[in-house]
Amino acid sequence: MVPIEHVIGLSSILFVIGMIGAATRRNLIVVLMSIELMLNAVNLAFIGFNRLWPGTAEAPALDGQIFVLMVITVAAAEVAVGLGIIISMIRNRDSVNLEEVSLLRW
Amino acid sequence: MEVSAILFYIFAVMAVVSALGMVLNVRNTVAASLSLVVTMIALAAIYVLLEAYLIAVIQIMVYAGAIVVLFLFVIMLLNLREDDFAPGRQWLVKFGAGLLGVFVLIQLLKLVGPGLPEVPVVPEGYGGYRQLGILLYTDYVLLVEMASLLLLSAIVGALILAKRNID
Repeated sequence: MVPIEHVIGLSSILFVIGMIGAATRRNLIVVLMSIELMLNAVNLAFIGFNRLWPGTAEAPALDGQIFVLMVITVAAAEVAVGLGIIISMIRNRDSVNLEEVSLLRW
Repeated sequence: MEVSAILFYIFAVMAVVSALGMVLNVRNTVAASLSLVVTMIALAAIYVLLEAYLIAVIQIMVYAGAIVVLFLFVIMLLNLREDDFAPGRQWLVKFGAGLLGVFVLIQLLKLVGPGLPEVPVVPEGYGGYRQLGILLYTDYVLLVEMASLLLLSAIVGALILAKRNID
């Protein structure tokens, strides 16, 4: 297997790609997908570090993988609520352009 | 170089290219979400190489099978098109985001300098459903209950947000 540094490097690159996407894109759906990408990058880091300290056969240390399960749960909940927000935004503004949502902006 | 390392680099390049394809694709939202599927599947393959078998299966089922399908469903339901986005003062935002991205990437890579131990041999049954399930229903049972509460509240919240008239 490759050294875990490379896995963490891949995770960092994916995280930064997702961050740039969430910061620059104006389509709300693509912003949500970029956030999913960032969550996936974090999952990859968890799994990489868990592979580095796997525990023993009697007492396996699988805490990183449990964390990943929880992150996937949170991602599913976030997508459900986010898509509900997108649908209600389409009803009210007839667009998914983030720049048209400026009620809370000064 | 051993086979697993070659496979890892292949899937890593695949994940990065399709992630870039998702972020940089300004024409077609459907194509962007399909690029996201490719990223998810490449990541699942990397999880298999890291011997997290159950997580790899769940990654494909939940992300590629459920979440991205939900995205596609909403995109096609709402018939979205992006070509009517007016070109604004985007270059400043893009430049700033790129600068910030490079900075964060350098900082993240600095955190993982040399000094990590060698990758050990995994014990028997690591990453399988048996040991993960035992852990989930003994040490982390409270977490499972909280996850169920979270999902319930997400269902209720999504229904309330997407419903036309609440009465």
